[in-house]
Parts: sequence; C-alpha cells; structure tokens
Amino acid sequence: MTVAPKREAYDVVVIGAGPAGLAAAATSAEAGLTTLLLDENVGPGGQVFRAISSTPVTDRNQLGADYWVGADLVQSLRASSAEVIHRATVWSLDRNLDIAVSIGGASAFVKAKRVILATGALERPFPIPGWTLPGVMTAGAAQTMLKSSALVPDGRTVMAGQGPLLWLLAAQILRLGGRIDRILDTTERGNYFAALPHAFAFLTSPYFAKGLSMMREVKAKVQVVSGVTELAAAGDGQLASVSYVAGGKRETIPADLLLLHQGVVPNVNLAMAAGIEHRWDDLQLCWSPVLDASGNSSVAGIAIAGDGAGIGGANAAVVRGRIAARAAVEALAPAATAKLAPMAMLRADLAKAERGRVFLDALFRPAPQFRIPAGDTIVCRCEEVTAKDVLDSVAIGATGPNQLKAYRRTGMGPCQGRLCGLTVTELMAQARGKTPQEIGYYRLRAPVKPITLAELAAVPKTEDDIKAVVRG
Amino acid sequence: MTKNVDAIVIGGGIHGCSTTLHLCLAGLKPVLIEKDYAGRHASGVNAGGVRQLARHIPEIPLSIRSMGIWERISELLDDDCSFESYGQVLVAENEEELAVCRARVAELNALGFTHEELIDAAELRRLVPAVAETCPGGVVSRRDGAANPAQTTTAFRRKAEQLGATVREGVAASNIRYSDGLWHVDVGTESFAAPVLVNAAGAWAGKIAAALGEPVPVETVAPMLMITSRVPHFIDPVVILRGRKLSFKQFKNGTVLIGGGHLATPYQDRNETVLDWKSLAISARTVFELFPVMRGATIVRAWAGIEAKMKDDIPVFGPSSRHKGLYHQFGFSLHGFQLGPGAGAVMAELIVNGGTQTRISDLGIERFHPSAL
Repeated sequence: MTVAPKREAYDVVVIGAGPAGLAAAATSAEAGLTTLLLDENVGPGGQVFRAISSTPVTDRNQLGADYWVGADLVQSLRASSAEVIHRATVWSLDRNLDIAVSIGGASAFVKAKRVILATGALERPFPIPGWTLPGVMTAGAAQTMLKSSALVPDGRTVMAGQGPLLWLLAAQILRLGGRIDRILDTTERGNYFAALPHAFAFLTSPYFAKGLSMMREVKAKVQVVSGVTELAAAGDGQLASVSYVAGGKRETIPADLLLLHQGVVPNVNLAMAAGIEHRWDDLQLCWSPVLDASGNSSVAGIAIAGDGAGIGGANAAVVRGRIAARAAVEALAPAATAKLAPMAMLRADLAKAERGRVFLDALFRPAPQFRIPAGDTIVCRCEEVTAKDVLDSVAIGATGPNQLKAYRRTGMGPCQGRLCGLTVTELMAQARGKTPQEIGYYRLRAPVKPITLAELAAVPKTEDDIKAVVRG
Repeated sequence: MTKNVDAIVIGGGIHGCSTTLHLCLAGLKPVLIEKDYAGRHASGVNAGGVRQLARHIPEIPLSIRSMGIWERISELLDDDCSFESYGQVLVAENEEELAVCRARVAELNALGFTHEELIDAAELRRLVPAVAETCPGGVVSRRDGAANPAQTTTAFRRKAEQLGATVREGVAASNIRYSDGLWHVDVGTESFAAPVLVNAAGAWAGKIAAALGEPVPVETVAPMLMITSRVPHFIDPVVILRGRKLSFKQFKNGTVLIGGGHLATPYQDRNETVLDWKSLAISARTVFELFPVMRGATIVRAWAGIEAKMKDDIPVFGPSSRHKGLYHQFGFSLHGFQLGPGAGAVMAELIVNGGTQTRISDLGIERFHPSAL
C-alpha cells in the first residue's frame, strides 16, 4: 500500500524512525504540532530497534532487554497524532526546508517549518585486503538479517574488529544457535591506557555491567584472539580464508563468512547535502554536524538528533530526540511546552545517557592500519579505486576528495561516498600531511538516494513546463 | 613585500587557467589567483560540452579557434582531458523547428561558416538511433564533442604551474588598485604587482569590473545538471534540442549526463546552490519522451555550478575601455567551457602582441559603455 503525505506542509517533519526519530515525533505530536515522520524501513525501530514490531524472535532474552525498550517508544508514537510513513526515502532536503520523498516508487514534495534529522549511523568502512569479496559482510548487515528474519550464520564464521556492537552481535548469534569459529579483536593495546582516565565514568554507566557480562558470555563459547594488528580476507571470487597477525605471529584460517565491524559513524549524507556545517571529530574519527545544545544546526530550522548528531548510543538518541522536538515546540507553539518534560530534566537525562561514552570512544578508536589502507586494497567499491590510485592522484595534484572525483570518480557512484568517504579523507590527509578538517569531505548532492528517471518524470507538472521553450 | 610579476590573472576557472598557461607559453611569468581552487565552480562542474554548434555569431570565430586547440589538447597539456569527438547534434522535433534549423545553416553559410550541417531524418537516425521516430532532422557539427570539465581545468592549471606560473588558491584577490603603471593585488598577506591584470573571475567578475568603473549587465546563475547510473551504450554524439531545454550526453562508462539550462538558485556568497527539482523533473520528462531506453535509469546526483550570464548572452572579452593593462574575460553565459582553450590563446596574443587575428570585435566591454569610446 502506498501512502502519500496527507498535507503539503507540516510544522515538524522528522526523518528516520530510530530511537531519536520515534521520540522526537511523539514529543512534537503530543504538543499538538502537525508532525510527519518519514522512515526508509518497512517498520519503526531504525537499526537498533529494527523490526521491533515484526521480529520473528520472540524469546526476549535472545535480543536482550535493551532491544525491547523500542516497543515502548513505538507505543507512545502510535498513541500520538503523528503521521507516520514507512518505506519513505527522503532524497532531497535543502536550506528552504523543502523535502523530496520517494514513497512506493512515487515522489512527493513537502515543506516543513522545522526538520529534525534522525538519520542515525552507518558502519565505519573497514577497508582491508579482500573486503569486497563475496562472503565478507559488515556485522550490521548480519544483525539486520538476524533481527528481521532470525537468520544466523551456519558456515565457518569469523568475526573481526572491535566495539560494543561486535560483542552484542556475537552474543545474539550464539543465543540464536548460530556459529562463530573465532573472534579477532583489533582493539589497539595502547587504547586501554588512553581510555583509562575516563574509566570511572564508564564504571558507573549502565553500559559497564551489560558490556562485561556480554563479553564473558561470548568468551565462554568462542575463541577470542586479541591484539590483532593485521587482517586480510582472501579467496578466488569468494571468501576462502582469513589471515591475521597477533602478537607478531601470522595465522591463516579457512572461513566461509567474515563479519567486519569497527564502530559506527554519523550518517551525514542528507545533512551535508542540505548544506549543514560539519567538523572533523578527532576522537570519534568522523564528521559530526556543528550543533547547539538543542541540536540546532547551522541551517535555520534544521535540527539533528540521535547518532547522526555524533555517536552517543540509543539511550542518548532518545533524549536528544526529545530535546530537539521540545526546541521545535518552544519555537512554534511556546504555550504547548507545558505538556512536555522541562528542558533541564531532559539535559540531565542526556548527561546520564552520555556517561561513559568518552571511555568507549577512546577504547574503541580504530587503529590507523584498519582505517587507512595501502597498495592494492580497494578504497572506493563503486568505481574500484585502490589506495595506490588515490595516492597517485595526490601526486599529480589532487588536493582533496572533490578534486579526486575528477581523477578517479571516487564517491560518484551510487553509494555517494558512504563506503569510501572517511577512508579517502584520512588517506589524502596522511598523504598530504594535513588534518582531515583541512582536507575536507565530498560535497554531497541530492538525490541522496538514487531515484529513477521515470519517477522524477512523473512528479506533478508546474506552469514552467508550458513556458520552458528557450534553450539556455 | 610586493612581488613583481608579468601579469596577474584573477579566477581559476578554465578561462583564467588557459590564459595563464598561454602567457607562460609566450614567455611571461604570471600569477593566478583563485579564491577556492581551480575548477571549483562552473568550469569544473559544467556539462563538458565542446560545442561549436548553435553559437551566437559574434563568438563563432573564437569557438573555431578553440576547436583547433581542443583537437590537439593532449599535446598542449599532457592530459587527454577525456576529450572525445563524436559530434554534437541539434534535434528538430517537428517541421517548424527544422525550418528554423534550415534558415540558421543558410545564414552561417552566407557568412562563410561551414561547421553546421543540416541533416534529414535518415542521417539523424544514423547518428542518434535512439531518438524518437517522429523527429524530422536537425543540425550536426561533426567535429564537436565533450570533455571532462574538472579534469580539463585542472590540467590547464597544472601545466601552467609547470611552465612557471605562480598559483595561489584558497585566498581571494583583494585590494585591487593601479599605481605607478602597475596593477597591485593582495592575496592574504602577499602582494603582487604587474603591468597586466586579467579579470577572469566568472560569477565574481562583474563586481571586479564594477569596482574598476566598468559596470556591465550581468547576473549570477547556476544551471543544473544531473547524471544517471550506467546504462548500456546507446548514443555517441552530444544531443541538444532545438525547441526544449535539454542537452544529453552518454559517457564511455555508460552514465548519462542530462542538462539544458534549467536554473538552480545560487547563493554566491556561500558557494552554494539550491536545486529546483520541479524544473529538473521537466528535463526528466523530456528524456522520458525522447529516449524510452532511459526510463529505467536511476538519477544518482544533481548539481549546479555558479557562473556569470550577460544580459545579451555574449561574453565580455578583450581590453578594458577605461584602464591601461586591464583585460576582461568573463560572462560566458552558460557556454564558456569550449571557448576556454581558444580564449586563453587569444587573450595572451592581445596582451603580448597587442592584437589578434581572431575576430573578437563584438565581444568587448565597450559595447556597454559607448560614451567611453
């Protein structure tokens, strides 16, 4: 069933129905603002609460208590007057708050007084030799299959990387009867010392106990190799083996499936295409939008909440969603704020939810060799550009990612840089002895997700059609 | 501390880069000043059309001069610029449009220009098999083609630097002034002085001209383009329409560039443009009707470059009508890319020799300032 937006204009349009978007839309609608929630997936939940309304996994312990928090958020959204459209891909947002959205193969345009972007996070690229082989996939993709279809790996499976999601996925796979042969932990030894000063905050955060018990649960069942400093996938047209170096010793093991993960980064494509200013975050090693305390961006009327505002996790995302929505209510219908939680309380909630984050960021900061590849390792999958190709272009005058497009078409394929952007920035920064901030990022353009020519051709006509006869 | 050079060129588009290179070839030491980086705006993000076809008559000699350079661009730049020459075809969608084409070709022939050639339906179908059956013919310019605009502009810049040009990118030229027979320009903490100043600042050139007492009727525009995913090869020449705003080009890798002059809103001070999707939808509809093969293609990106458009659609090219040593090279009005190589060569001749064999007399800034003559 295809549902077009009921109105042409809304007080608030929220983009993304993960933790932040669900909370923002419910808050905004509760205050009486006309609210539209647009979400790309078939149901609410985003990545963290994916398939929360439809998962075939019914044993609550298997996905963990944190997952089922999502059900309450969906409940309060459904109780509100917010209009919700799923399978809705927003492909353009500009500084006039004009939004173009594709729903069931037809595009519509809506206008908003405020936009709250809750487009969440993406997995950081993990460009090792062989990462483009069939049989190598991201942990996030594996988790999507697990949550929506209860599918788990049954062949020889290796997981490699670091970060909370890696351990969570390992635990979920094992609980659902899946197979994991080995976990290769790429956390740098030095990170433990770097993270130490922030350990106290972490020890008193909700993540600590949960994280520890999950790692214990996994380590009881799977061989974990720590201190992995090199990693490569190999095979002839299909993954056959994974080789790694740990403690100076190289080992190669046969594998049918390699799941890679080294953390998540903000999904900045829509925000950047709208012209929102971003800065390089040297701790999280990614681009983050420049925001005020209520999540307002450099473009008037657009706020960002959730992991798209900087990685903070699901609990922080929910609070940031409420804060951004409350700020929208304050701007559009100040009287209605009486119904909402006071800002001071929300900010206290946020501080609590963000406790321990710096520790995690420091501990799970990916090592340079796993972020900045060399030689024949593919950087840009869409155009099959290697690290060496990028360095060759730098040598003949490419100064940043946008100039590189002219030499190598990097970032010009369908993924619009999602799989190569960070790698290209860091690789060029290293080669040119500059900071990532100085090197910059791709200028991103709509459509942020591809649409068909037929779909664009079918959008409602305007009077310009009639008078457009003079060739420029 | 002021550095003395032979010429100061403001603007790192294809025109500024080409003029800088040709000044180097003539033995001068110029400095090129670009506030962003070479090819950041229109020169790097245009459709890449290398077109003599359908040009305004006053700029045809410059276009022909330029075509000669395009055809040996590798020798000049050590870079092929991805230039390819499969012709450009102007499609008439009905008999009335074909009559206009016929009159145009006759007019050019009478003036001695032979690059445009009237074609019938059969030749149109041979050149562009995918075109709708109903189109009765058109015009072809067989030596025309297309190149990669960012690659080309960058190649001009690189070669100029190799031949001794000083290039300053990332800082705008400021405090432009004339004293003691020299033009002085500040670039951040640096200062340059030269007897020659070339204003090739694209969308920013009108302001420079006005500040030097030569205001011209110019506006800033941002023509939009969009590109599709790869589709099987089906077309070689660049295709433009007589009656509707559309230009169309398939690259070697299968992607198809769709343009034609629908405009975005430029935000010049922020280096930004806001696209008008309702106008892009018109282009999509035109392609949908004319090329059924394109209907399933996806659009992966759309953009617009900021540039200057003159009220009369003809560039401002040649010496200032007020100041000694000042030259203008801007206002190419959505069709300056092909002219870049030739315009640089001619500009260098004007500067070095004081004249040129290429007819440019209708392009001068004095057309807006008859009293200064």
